[in-house]
Parts: sequence; structure tokens; C-alpha cells
Amino acid sequence: MPLSRPIDQLNRFTAHCDLSAHQVSCERDDRILFENLDLSINKGDLIQLVGPNGAGKTTLLRLLAGLNQDFDGEVRWHGKNIQQCFQDYARQRLYIGHLSAIKKVLTPLENLRWFVSSWPQVKEDDLWQALEEVTLAGYEDVPCQQLSAGQQRRVALARLLITPTPLWILDEPFTALDKAGVAWLEGHLARHVSAGGTVLITSHHALSEIPGLRQIELGVQK
Amino acid sequence: MSLVTATIKRDLVIAARNPGEWLNPLMFFLMVLALFPLAVDPDPKFLSKIAAGVVWVAALLATLLSLDALFKADVEDGTLEQWLASGESLFAMALGKVFVHWCISGLPLTLVAPLLALMMNLPDEAYSALFFSLLLGTPILSLLGAVGAALTAGVRSGGLLLSLVILPLYIPILIFGASAVYHAGIEMEYVGQLGFLASFLCLSMTLAPFAVAGALKLNLSR
Repeated sequence: MPLSRPIDQLNRFTAHCDLSAHQVSCERDDRILFENLDLSINKGDLIQLVGPNGAGKTTLLRLLAGLNQDFDGEVRWHGKNIQQCFQDYARQRLYIGHLSAIKKVLTPLENLRWFVSSWPQVKEDDLWQALEEVTLAGYEDVPCQQLSAGQQRRVALARLLITPTPLWILDEPFTALDKAGVAWLEGHLARHVSAGGTVLITSHHALSEIPGLRQIELGVQK
Repeated sequence: MSLVTATIKRDLVIAARNPGEWLNPLMFFLMVLALFPLAVDPDPKFLSKIAAGVVWVAALLATLLSLDALFKADVEDGTLEQWLASGESLFAMALGKVFVHWCISGLPLTLVAPLLALMMNLPDEAYSALFFSLLLGTPILSLLGAVGAALTAGVRSGGLLLSLVILPLYIPILIFGASAVYHAGIEMEYVGQLGFLASFLCLSMTLAPFAVAGALKLNLSR
């Protein structure tokens, strides 16, 4: 069943989405991950970071999400340094890392309730609907420890359906998903982008079928 | 509902479903006070003389036992990353976490201590002093302990390090707490000691959450 509410809300938000990195350099353990990187992310972009393991994809993603401040250069949201407008920025972007923040003793519904607690406009019905959309209908009240890794990933991804933010930053969201899940997520990312949203993603998965995809390669210079 | 109240509620639900975690320190407290009279002189006069100190030391060690897990699960499953990503005040979050910790460790200790002090033949006059000194003292133990727990959350087997960091800070609390109970037992004034504990509590409530927030931020921005 398609969800109507969140997409409506999205269109309201996505009048502006402007994230940019200026001369960003990052070094880990005396190894340069990237140097003087310039990046501009606008409304309707779908950007996939690709590169071998250890190339710094997650580091760049966390840095753009404002979670990592250990780098040179500047990341700006609408022309302002993200650390100076962090609260505003945080409400406009959704970050899902490879750690899903799912509590195993809680049910999918309880987990989702925590995730959306700072969005009062999200109703209880939306949560049920989102769980149905990620094919977890009937599992709403089962503790997450009894769900498979793929199902737990689906609980985390159900946030994409209910959090009204234009910018999504996703770290390896395809991990543990089955074929149907991958197809659903690809479709959902494409829908979000065509509705005016923005997606920034790391994945080893080929996303070639989505129009407007831009790839950024990391770790090429040795 | 804001993210902070949602987190407090969620952590209390998790604690209710995982009783082993918070019952363990309570059992430790019970066992120390049950075994002490067996191991040392069971003479009531001797026991009543050392009761104040033994109860306080046992309460302090029981708290220390429960601290290691305070932030560990949240760091490992990505919950803290989501906190940081949410842009909500880390100060309020830290205070909320400590509040939940006190509710499941300090509060039960305070409530059962008068019952268990019976086994140590605590003088009749000292019961109210014991209750009030623990009521003021255990939140300080939780607050100071949270600083250590936040610092060592990302460290493997940080338990030992945690004890080393925190124990020196606990010593003044132990001295004032135990001396309040001891002085009440020999029918002397103990308001001064309780006053000290109350001022320590105010001080640590205003300062410790800053330290916790800073330490967690440090832990996550790597």
C-alpha cells in the first residue's frame, strides 16, 4: 500500500536542500583518505559513494552528516557551517548508519516510536503502515531479537517512510536485505528523488537502474 | 514527546524486560551484607559499630558494578550515534540516562538498605540517617560514575579502567555518607554531613552531564 502522507510532507520540505563540502581532507592513522574534496549536493540528487573497503566512504558520510568533526575543510548547509546550524540541519536529514540502533528486547513498533519521538506530526497509524510496507505486518509485537538480520534492517529502513526529511544519508542500507527488499528499497530511493528529495548513499550494490544517479569514487589515488 | 522523555521511557521498558541487569548489583549488595556477619565477629555490639561503613561500602561497590553497562549497549548498537545525529541536547540526554540508572540501581539500594542494615544490627537512631544519606549519595554515585562510563564506553574491558577513574572521586561521598550514619548511631548531630552530600549532589548534577556529553561526543566522533 502506498503511503501518501510522508511524500506530501516531503514536497513541503524539499523546496531547498543544499549541502556542500569545501576542500575537505581527512587523514586516518597517517593515511590520507581524501584530500581537498569539493562536493555539492542539491535537491533531486542521488549520490552513491563507491570505493574499495577502507577507502573512507563511511568516514565521508559521517562527516557530511555532522557526526565527525575530525577533518580539515568545511561542510556547509545552505551556506552555513553545519556545526553552527546543527539543530536545523539535523531536522532536515535522516542518517542511518550501518549500526541500526535497533533495541533487541523491544518490538519493531516500540523501536520506531523512539525513532520518531522528535517528530510530533508522525501518527501511530503511520508506524503500522510503514511496517506493513516493509512486509513486517504481523511482526509488530514480536521482540526484535526473534527477527532475522534482514527483518531488523527492514525495521530500521521503515524510518525512511515516516521521517519527513528531504535529505537521506544511508550507510550500506542494502546489507542483509533479500532480493525483494533490495528492489523495494531501490524503488523507494527513486521515488524519494523524483519527489524532490536527496539521497546520499554508500553501497557496493549496483544502483544503475535509478535515473539521476551520480557516483563518486573514493580511494583511487594511492 | 521529545526524544529525551522517549529515551527515558524506552530505557525503563528495557530494564523491566531485562531484570537480570539491575538485579545483579542488588543481589551483590544483599550478599555482602548477609555474609559479613558470618565472616567477622557475629557479636551484635561489634557489628553495630561497623554497620555504617559496611553498608555504605557495599552500596558503593554495587553501584560500580552496574556502571560498566551504562553506555556500552548504546554505543555498540548505534543508539548513541542516532542521539548525536538527532541534534538534541546531549546534556539533557546524559541527565536522562543517569536518571534511569539511578532509578534501577540507586533507588532500590536506598529502599532495601534499611532492611538489610537490620542484619548488621545498625543502631535504631541511625536508620533515618542511612536512608537519607543514601538518598542523597546514590545519585551522586550515578552522576560521577556516568562520567567514567562515558569515557570508557568505547574501550574493550573498560570495567577495570572505569573503577580506577571513578573510585578516587567516590571517596569523599563514602566518607561523608558513612560518617553521617555513624554519627547518628552514637546520637550525634549528622545534618552537616547530609548538607555536604546535598551540595555535592547539586554540584555534580550541574557539572557531570557536561562531562558525560563531552566524553560521549569524543567517543563517537572517531
